[in-house]
Amino acid sequence: MTNKTVLHAKHIEAGAKMVDFHGWEMPINYGSQIEEHHAVRKDAGMFDVSHMTIVDVKGTDAQAFLRRLVINDVAKLDVAGKALYTGMCNHEGGVIDDLIVYFFTDTDYRLVVNSATREKDLAWIAEQSAAFDVTVTERPEFAMIAVQGPQAKAKVATLLSAQQIAAVEGMKPFFSAQAGDLFIATTGYTGENGYEIALPAEQAADLWQKLLDAGVKPCGLGARDTLRLEAGMNLYGLDMDESVSPLAANMAWTISWEPEDRNFNGREVLAAQRAAGDQPKLVGLVLEEKGVLRTGLKVVTEEGEGIITSGTFSPTLGHSIAMARVPRSVKLGTTVEVEMRKKLVKVQVIKPSFVRNGEKVF
Amino acid sequence: MSNIPSELRYATSHEWVRNEGNGIVTVGITEHAQDLLGDMVFVELPEVGDSVSTGDDVAVAESVKAASDIYAPVTGEVVEVNEDLEDSPELVNSDAFGDGWLFKLKIEDEGELDSLLDAEGYANSIDED
Repeated sequence: MTNKTVLHAKHIEAGAKMVDFHGWEMPINYGSQIEEHHAVRKDAGMFDVSHMTIVDVKGTDAQAFLRRLVINDVAKLDVAGKALYTGMCNHEGGVIDDLIVYFFTDTDYRLVVNSATREKDLAWIAEQSAAFDVTVTERPEFAMIAVQGPQAKAKVATLLSAQQIAAVEGMKPFFSAQAGDLFIATTGYTGENGYEIALPAEQAADLWQKLLDAGVKPCGLGARDTLRLEAGMNLYGLDMDESVSPLAANMAWTISWEPEDRNFNGREVLAAQRAAGDQPKLVGLVLEEKGVLRTGLKVVTEEGEGIITSGTFSPTLGHSIAMARVPRSVKLGTTVEVEMRKKLVKVQVIKPSFVRNGEKVF
Repeated sequence: MSNIPSELRYATSHEWVRNEGNGIVTVGITEHAQDLLGDMVFVELPEVGDSVSTGDDVAVAESVKAASDIYAPVTGEVVEVNEDLEDSPELVNSDAFGDGWLFKLKIEDEGELDSLLDAEGYANSIDED
């Protein structure tokens, strides 16, 4: 069965090409994904992300539960509205999903997890929460629209009431605020400024239309992928999954090792991996000549083989970029080779971050 | 349904062929093919002077989504390539049957054109895809 978001009719109306995305019929583009990409880098674009799963965690033990569930430490959050990117690991240290945790109080949090992993995430969260005094509630009655780009905030502001503007005024990156019916967060998946807005599903089509009228360009999953890859952001299922350690997925920074007595899921395995220093690592690759690096291509280095986890053409840079998992001893700044269409091409190894706020960052 | 001009000939591998007269044909990929591939980012063309045989992979259309081989629809010699595609590969998307042409061939045997599909035949072939 195919799921449709509440904005499905708006996508069809805008001429979207729809594809199946893990059981959801979603827009891949509305004509040209490259034009949509540029709209987000230079002006403002919007994405229907209503397929994503919102889960509220409340109760006396909410903090204790999340300190077990995720590899970052939610006890670090002390300002209401603050958001935290992290991973949820199994007992073997594999990544079940990556997610954002929003903090309201020590007994009130919101998680946003991937739609592709919804069922296993919810099952795992339910199982893990059994020993804690918490209630876990999925919020399918919310739709979500991501508005991203240098002009995104200004264009959204034209649609907000004075009180809503006051609620989001000066909000730093990775914060959130409830502004009337809108839950507005300064998060995103593009490397640009902007908002992710969760709102009651029945209001979504109206907000989408108002954003369109304000000059925000609708963007599909195609542009979403090139934007996130330029920003060096992982895509679950490609760049990591349950067979991959966060240490091998450029997610070590999302692990809080202190305090030592916080017994998060997977800690023992991850600590041993960290001590051994033998996990591969996720790096960025740059190909300046013609051709496009693609998922699954083999990377050949003097230190051993690696694999491209996700690759694309970068519309901002005008050449191909990729993320690849390679032996840890491969050094940044060196040149390695990728096997492409039966020949080896030279690529540069960099940190997995290519474009931020419209500018090249390497 | 995408546009399939009736004056052109087609290969099932989605190339179109226009007979320019004097044994010269222009080759491109169809509207349907560019739609399947999505935004074009690189087009690798053959060299002028190359001899190509029917079914040879002679060019590559690389889109954001995938790299796709382009086959010679007939046997002949490459006499011209569309150099505008070097800087503007998106012409293949915006004008597949016009400014997005790929290369021209001096055809060896004009009779070979008759073995290609007509518009109706090509329309049927993509319906079966």
